[in-house]
Amino acid sequence: MTTLERTVGAEVTRIEGHDKVTGTALYAYEYPVPDALYGVAVQSTIARGRVRSVDAGAALALPGVVAVLDSGSDGVPRLHPTDDPELSVLQSADVAYRGQIVAAVVADTYETACQAAAALRVTYEEEAYEVELRDGDPHIFVPDTVNAGYPGRTEKGDVDTALATAPVTIDATYTTPPEHTSAMEPHATIAVWDGDTLTLYNGDQGPWMTAGAIAALFGLPEGAVRVVADHVGGGFGSKAVPRPPTVLAALAARAVGRPVKVAVTRQQMFTMVSYRTPTVQRIRLGAERDGRLTAISHNALQQSSRLTPYCEQTVTATRMMYAAPHRRTIHRLSQLDVPTPSWMRAPGEAPGMFALESAMDELAYALDMDPIELRVANEPSVDPESGNAFSSRNLVACLREGAARFGWAGRDPRPGSRREGRWLVGTGVAAGNYPAITWPASATARAEPDGSFTVRIAAVDIGTGARTALTQVAADELGVALDRVTLEIGRSVYGSAPFAGGSMGTSSWGWAVSKGCRALAKRLDEVGGQVPPGGLEAHADTTEDVRARKDLARHAFGAQFAEVRVDADTGQVRVDRMLGMFAAGRIINARTARSQLRGGMCMGLSTALYENLELDPNFGDFANHDLASYHVAAHADVRDVEAHWIEEEDDQLSPIGAKGVGELGIVGAAAAIANAVHHATGVRVRDLPITLERVRTGLRR
Amino acid sequence: MKPFAFERATRPEAAASLVADSTEAVYLAGGTNLVDLMKLGVTEPALLVDITGLPYDRIEHRADGGVLIGALVPGSELSGDRGIRERFPALAEALLAGASGQLRNRASTGGNLLQRTRCVYFQDVTKPCNKRSPGTGCSAIQGSHRDLAVIGTSDACVATNPSDMAVALAALDAVVHLRRVDGSSRAVPLADFYLLPGDTPHRETVLQPGDLITGVELPPPPPGATHYRKVRDRWSYAFAVVSLAAVAATDGGGALREIRLALGGVAPKPWRAYKAEQLLAGQRPTEDALRTAALAEFASARPLPQNAFKIGLAVDLITATVRDLVAGEGR
Repeated sequence: MTTLERTVGAEVTRIEGHDKVTGTALYAYEYPVPDALYGVAVQSTIARGRVRSVDAGAALALPGVVAVLDSGSDGVPRLHPTDDPELSVLQSADVAYRGQIVAAVVADTYETACQAAAALRVTYEEEAYEVELRDGDPHIFVPDTVNAGYPGRTEKGDVDTALATAPVTIDATYTTPPEHTSAMEPHATIAVWDGDTLTLYNGDQGPWMTAGAIAALFGLPEGAVRVVADHVGGGFGSKAVPRPPTVLAALAARAVGRPVKVAVTRQQMFTMVSYRTPTVQRIRLGAERDGRLTAISHNALQQSSRLTPYCEQTVTATRMMYAAPHRRTIHRLSQLDVPTPSWMRAPGEAPGMFALESAMDELAYALDMDPIELRVANEPSVDPESGNAFSSRNLVACLREGAARFGWAGRDPRPGSRREGRWLVGTGVAAGNYPAITWPASATARAEPDGSFTVRIAAVDIGTGARTALTQVAADELGVALDRVTLEIGRSVYGSAPFAGGSMGTSSWGWAVSKGCRALAKRLDEVGGQVPPGGLEAHADTTEDVRARKDLARHAFGAQFAEVRVDADTGQVRVDRMLGMFAAGRIINARTARSQLRGGMCMGLSTALYENLELDPNFGDFANHDLASYHVAAHADVRDVEAHWIEEEDDQLSPIGAKGVGELGIVGAAAAIANAVHHATGVRVRDLPITLERVRTGLRR
Repeated sequence: MKPFAFERATRPEAAASLVADSTEAVYLAGGTNLVDLMKLGVTEPALLVDITGLPYDRIEHRADGGVLIGALVPGSELSGDRGIRERFPALAEALLAGASGQLRNRASTGGNLLQRTRCVYFQDVTKPCNKRSPGTGCSAIQGSHRDLAVIGTSDACVATNPSDMAVALAALDAVVHLRRVDGSSRAVPLADFYLLPGDTPHRETVLQPGDLITGVELPPPPPGATHYRKVRDRWSYAFAVVSLAAVAATDGGGALREIRLALGGVAPKPWRAYKAEQLLAGQRPTEDALRTAALAEFASARPLPQNAFKIGLAVDLITATVRDLVAGEGR
């Protein structure tokens, strides 16, 4: 083979970019499936109780309506219980929250199905319900473990004494609202049964894992369900596991004996496909006068539905960010008659680090210390709780290099010290982190006699650039040009692989791709480089490799800087610029990595200033459920957003050396903006989003 | 969506008779709001009469400086019209502060006047709303009302009119031209065009069945400077939290000889702050005078817990905007 420039690290443009901008890339709902019918979900209008009756008369009378399904319908398959009760769609008349699927209509057109769904008359036995997250409610509990298996509570040393004796303390409560992923492509599924095998064209972050989950639900053997997710229009966690609409499509298709398409409307998304839990977080910090922390206490209250005690890992970042001899972190959960929350970009770290990094800024003011120096002073040498060494930890480098690029030096820390006409200007900093996770995966690499290569892996590209990055990994391992390698992803039949979540895709899939390509290259060498007429193939599975890794603390880090201006007349906040400096291991594709990091920062801006699902206490759902009333940052809100990284080599991750950048960019961004708003105005907003009325409460006039 | 019939009208008479023949017929222009509401099941017309072929698509500038804006002129054209930009800058500013470029290309001037509230309950057919289903109750008063009105409301409804354009038109003393079903015409000052909710929040304007808006007339531009300033939660594509169209002119002694204040985001209709205007007329626009007058305007306000901040915000907005207008008058 000829020697080629390595492509890893280069600014390779997205391989499927042309297909996407010209509209030829197929998303789930667009697959041409003959004879498909259209399924539309009917959602409960009560928060708790039971469906008493479903009057389908008017709906069934409409021409084109094929079936009305509810939990009592004969044709509805009985599903096997799994560990996700949300997926037991139409299995019982019980209603656990407003917006739960209680019935569905299947018709020959989408319009008819919608009309019939509106004509369905559902009556309920309504029960008293509780939907408001209130601290102090007697049913609140501390879970033993939370999402991703982290302990619900940790404690080290004597926090109470340390706080009582610390010369400087901070005790503040921060809140974050429920938020919604609102991916560009609403969830959609086409379900096609062929005997006892099921094909799902699904907006999906994890085709292989979804296939397994749906097979278990329908009592089918492994492999009987195939998931196709060639292109996915964003997910941010909401498509990482199957959600009820996917099950509805499969179930309805089974019931009517024809393929069924289900497209979730934008409005339906807000109750059907999960959301980020609200949090109430109390942080207490104790410090010496030189800034060294003696005690850290972080207590986070969150909510879940009655169906399942999903508890987000909100305090886990606090467990490893800063050194302190005395420390306590606690999650508390309130199960309410609300939709089930789940993963949204950096679940846990995003809201948790808003609180911790706001509190660190408050401490810096209490100490009259530069907030960067405060963080540097509390840099731990090992993971403070486990005592494990860090595989690499470059937070200080991010803070220093970020400060230099941002122009932090010489900043007058006094709040309200910069005024430009009617604008109050301020800057803020916050640290970020995200665990560097790697899961086992499998891949198959194939050489053809014509000199081309195909690599198959059940990875998925939800807009991240994964397809491109994995092609680079493969081309480098094979020592060939990019255009000779085709990465086939997005299909469960390509074998075991984790979802696009936890920022672990590049590391996990990349390792399997790399291992498969190495094995293929070795086989090619064995046959003297001559590919036989039938081609050559090699398969790789990284289960043992991942298991064999040392016990280390593996994390990516970041430093976020923001400059904001606040209209002194009105309290409106404008983010003039953001700068993120990151340490995320090896960057495979500079272009798509930068895009991911900047996207995360924009989402952090959106979290800081706009996103807010308003719980409606009288109904139990979210009052705002479209993109006109649930605000996300739009073009005019995003000005100068820069993402940079330091060169970081970490050989304790995987042969890929990447830590992942999908979530890192959002962590700390909201705190940097809140800290900048404080610097600009003197107003400390501890409740997200930072609305103009919250800023105005503290503006002097 | 409920199935509906569709007819295209090429003459006003035909449009009127089509609509007059059906109790469930509505005119369709840009459709940027109506079609959304149909998809949501909020509005379920049996017949849509497409009026985009009618001859109300011109902007006529008159010798006296006034202008007649055809009801079908899209927002993008109106905001880009040189005469409007030069003589009625607040109108151009208001248009450009609303919606998006794509929507402004479609949305008509007449339709803009008739767009419906974005109250989340009005748009959610699973929840009570007196405006959508009279007599069912108001979900907003005990629910989510942060974006809703603080003045001119009733126990039945606290919805706001969402239009930016109409706020500027209110400050410019615009007159709405109507064609009645019988072919006669009628001119209604914008100030009288909208109704307050009272016990009948489903009735929003003085329009009678079959009435067709043919145009909006602006009298010659007022003296002094005009400005539309919109406070919103994000920097584009958001309805006003509070907005203000202001006209201000001072005499040689620095007293206000012309002052007009129209507010958006605070009331069920574009809210002319007549009381504040009266208090300020002939006065020097000091910070104190402006604040006192603006506060007096809200003496009859009925704020709710989540939106009480709008009063202070409106007072600050009036004070700052008039201050800036007067300061910039000489330039």
